[in-house]
Amino acid sequence: MADINKKIILDSKHIQLSITKLAKDILSKNIDISEIAIVGIQTRGVYLAKRLLKELLSIKKIDIEIPFGILDITLYRDDLGEMGADIPTIKDTNIPFDINAKNIILVDDVLYTGRTIRCALDVLKDYGRPKSIQLAVLIDRGYRELPIQANFVGLSYYTKEQVCVELTEVDGQDVAYCCD
Amino acid sequence: MSIQIKNIRIIDPLTKTDKIGDIFIEKGKIVSKLSQVPSKVIDGKNKIAVPGLIDIHSHLREPGQEEKETIATGTRSACKGGITTVFCMPNTKPVTDNAPSVEYILMKSQKEGKVNVFPIGCITKNSPGEELAEIGILKKAGIVAVSDDGLPVNNSQIMRRALEYTKMFSIPVIAHCEDKELSKNGVMNAGKNSMILGLRGIPNQSEEIMVARDIMLSELTAGHLHIAHVSTAGSVELVRQAKKKGLSVTCETCPHYFSLTDDAVKTYDTNYKMNPPLRRQEDVDAIKEGLADGTIDCIATDHAPHTFEDKNKEFDLAPFGIIGFETLLSLVLNELVDKKVLSLQDAIAKMTINPAKIFSLKQRGTLSVGSIADITIIDTEYNYEYKKEDILSKSKNSPFIGRKFKGGAVITIVGGKIAWSKKDGIIN
Amino acid sequence: MPFNRKDLLGLQDLDKKEIQTIIDSVKPFKSLFTRSIKKAPALVGKTVVNLFYEPSTRTRTSFEIAAKRLSADVVNIATATSSIVKGESLIDTGKTLEAMKADIIIIRHSLAGSPEILAKNLNASIINAGDGFHEHPTQGLLDLYTIYEKKKKIEGLKILLVGDILHSRVAKSNIWALTKMGAKLRVAGPPTLIPKNITDLGVEVFYDLDEAIKGVDVVNILRIQMERQQENLFPSVHEYVELYQVTSERLANAKPDVLIMHPGPMNRGIEISSSVADSTSAVINEQVTNGIAVRMAVLYLLAAARTKQGKKHVNTN
Repeated sequence: MADINKKIILDSKHIQLSITKLAKDILSKNIDISEIAIVGIQTRGVYLAKRLLKELLSIKKIDIEIPFGILDITLYRDDLGEMGADIPTIKDTNIPFDINAKNIILVDDVLYTGRTIRCALDVLKDYGRPKSIQLAVLIDRGYRELPIQANFVGLSYYTKEQVCVELTEVDGQDVAYCCD
Repeated sequence: MSIQIKNIRIIDPLTKTDKIGDIFIEKGKIVSKLSQVPSKVIDGKNKIAVPGLIDIHSHLREPGQEEKETIATGTRSACKGGITTVFCMPNTKPVTDNAPSVEYILMKSQKEGKVNVFPIGCITKNSPGEELAEIGILKKAGIVAVSDDGLPVNNSQIMRRALEYTKMFSIPVIAHCEDKELSKNGVMNAGKNSMILGLRGIPNQSEEIMVARDIMLSELTAGHLHIAHVSTAGSVELVRQAKKKGLSVTCETCPHYFSLTDDAVKTYDTNYKMNPPLRRQEDVDAIKEGLADGTIDCIATDHAPHTFEDKNKEFDLAPFGIIGFETLLSLVLNELVDKKVLSLQDAIAKMTINPAKIFSLKQRGTLSVGSIADITIIDTEYNYEYKKEDILSKSKNSPFIGRKFKGGAVITIVGGKIAWSKKDGIIN
Repeated sequence: MPFNRKDLLGLQDLDKKEIQTIIDSVKPFKSLFTRSIKKAPALVGKTVVNLFYEPSTRTRTSFEIAAKRLSADVVNIATATSSIVKGESLIDTGKTLEAMKADIIIIRHSLAGSPEILAKNLNASIINAGDGFHEHPTQGLLDLYTIYEKKKKIEGLKILLVGDILHSRVAKSNIWALTKMGAKLRVAGPPTLIPKNITDLGVEVFYDLDEAIKGVDVVNILRIQMERQQENLFPSVHEYVELYQVTSERLANAKPDVLIMHPGPMNRGIEISSSVADSTSAVINEQVTNGIAVRMAVLYLLAAARTKQGKKHVNTN
């Protein structure tokens, strides 16, 4: 249960609305949806990506398959020596389709420094040469350390405080809040 | 120089003395009273005086391996350990199988030694060899025993002849008991630990087979057999039975065989590598029993110095051996006396009167009036840490570095002169 | 993640959690193999040295490929052509490599305790690729992983090691890893090739292979070395084959889904029959594939553990 003292940025209802908004934005910018593919970034980006995919399919009532993949950036991090005993668990990467000539929609929960996305771009590079890569995030909290931008944003909420996203699939509830 | 040691607890195993009194030293001997005012008075309050310790098994490495130790540095180390007499083994380079070598050692000891040094001669020429050495000539030159230590005398006939021949000189044959085929390539005790560590093992039986053989040869010849560095329960039992039969068999053990087991080798630290190797707890217990019931007569160090380069290697490649002069007494006190395995009287006997009797050292090993004034003054309450930088031996290969001890020598008197004291160090 | 060691010298000292951590890390590395770019940049710029005092092609190549797939720079020191032959001590060779800023040194040596010496004297991470009769930890781990992959568990499995246990570092590492994870270990071989104290490690000893093989889930077959015949440890190859060759007939008494493993290289027709080696039960080639993934996981975990003091992972999205 989120602490009453924690600042809630998005409640369950608004998370769903944001996903719907993202789906509509993606569709409006990608007229030819036969070329898009969704790739979620571990861990919560994967669940968001799955929901986004479902949303896209229901809006458009398309019967073609939109390719779906998941990726983990741990092996591509540039701060290996700094992690010590806190090495995050390496999760699955599975991109079961050919990414060449596709418009990849990368999905993540929070965009902050931009380093995670930079790693994700490196991962995709080793899978091939997509036609384009677009980034969809639930929350953009600003304070970039690299020149990375999101194409589709659920909510812009620039803050120095850490932003936590909980999703039902992982945490039992949908809520986004500032956690310090 | 004359010395009075006042008010000290006197322990003399020969006479079973244990009383507070004074000791008078004049002209290098213990006397009943001084003919003049003493030039030095030592306050013996709360201290113990025992006959100077006699270490019957050590390697001084001179001549030939002076990088490891010399007679000068080795005897200084012994002196600090409260030892006043050392026997040195003949496996030097060249070996002590000839009179000039014996004389060299005696000359060097006179000139540079801090304690009494008695050389041990070889059993065979060019030890290990196939012919008896000129034991008579060596005896005349000054040896106290013969040994091919480091290696066994493989040929039973040669060992037999040695036991027979030495009878006429009344000196023991000190046997290094090891069946070299069983121990081949072995570097530690054969058992659970050697299996886990992936190191080849030396089984107990490698020692016991040769102990049994040599005891039987002693029976055959009536020669005096002294078994070096006993390490196994089986060996203790064999000697026990031999003594029951009245055979002329004596033996010694070393402090590490009642202080450590092969569990200590876990980290491949070569300071735990020696031959015979550290054994199991059962063997440690049997050694203690053997000391308590008199089966084991003496405690000796087998002081075997090796340089840092020698020992700083893969376990298989490092040579066997550890130093021991400076830890002998403290280990005896802490592992035997404090743990009630031996009384102080009996423990001291193993390093004084017993060696003196076995090796016919006249006027030594006792504090009786008329004996040579070799005296060790002990403080059983002296707490200290055995530190590498304090070691006087040239080599530092000891498994006890860093260990805290309670009790040790505080003054060593050799031939009526104070040779070392805790306060002043080596006195020249 | 509870894996925070500077070196991997053996499996004896690893606890169950650490072994589980390593095993859990393997899959993502294995999944790289099916991509056309089989690399990840995790160890880019790191120098990994293969210091092999004993000849080995398999293990060395496996480590080399593993390190290269993590984008490390690999140097192979082949002892026959190096200053090692000129008599340089192990420690001095290690210090030379450290002066060249090697990050990870993988050592194979004929004398037990050699990796320990390097680990004590150098700051580099040391991986034991086999030291005398002591341990071969990455082999133990890849054998464990192969079983885990196929059987989905280790706990309760009956696992049999056949052959020269006395001289086998692979057997020791297997015994440590598998018993810690809850398997029931058996060894089979002639009494001269099985150490007396092996039962202290919780292992059941059999001299009769047919008895030993009854109902087992896994048979891991060890290579027999011909030199042992000279040491009178067994009378002849002919007799060894008669008593201890793993054949299809013998395997009929094992579980029907039994796994056949071998650390390689195999002496076909000696410890293992050709038909068993080529049967569907044999996962020997999988062991090789898994070997690379396991070694990648080990390299990765050690490199990550070489940390600057006290720097915690900061959440940087």
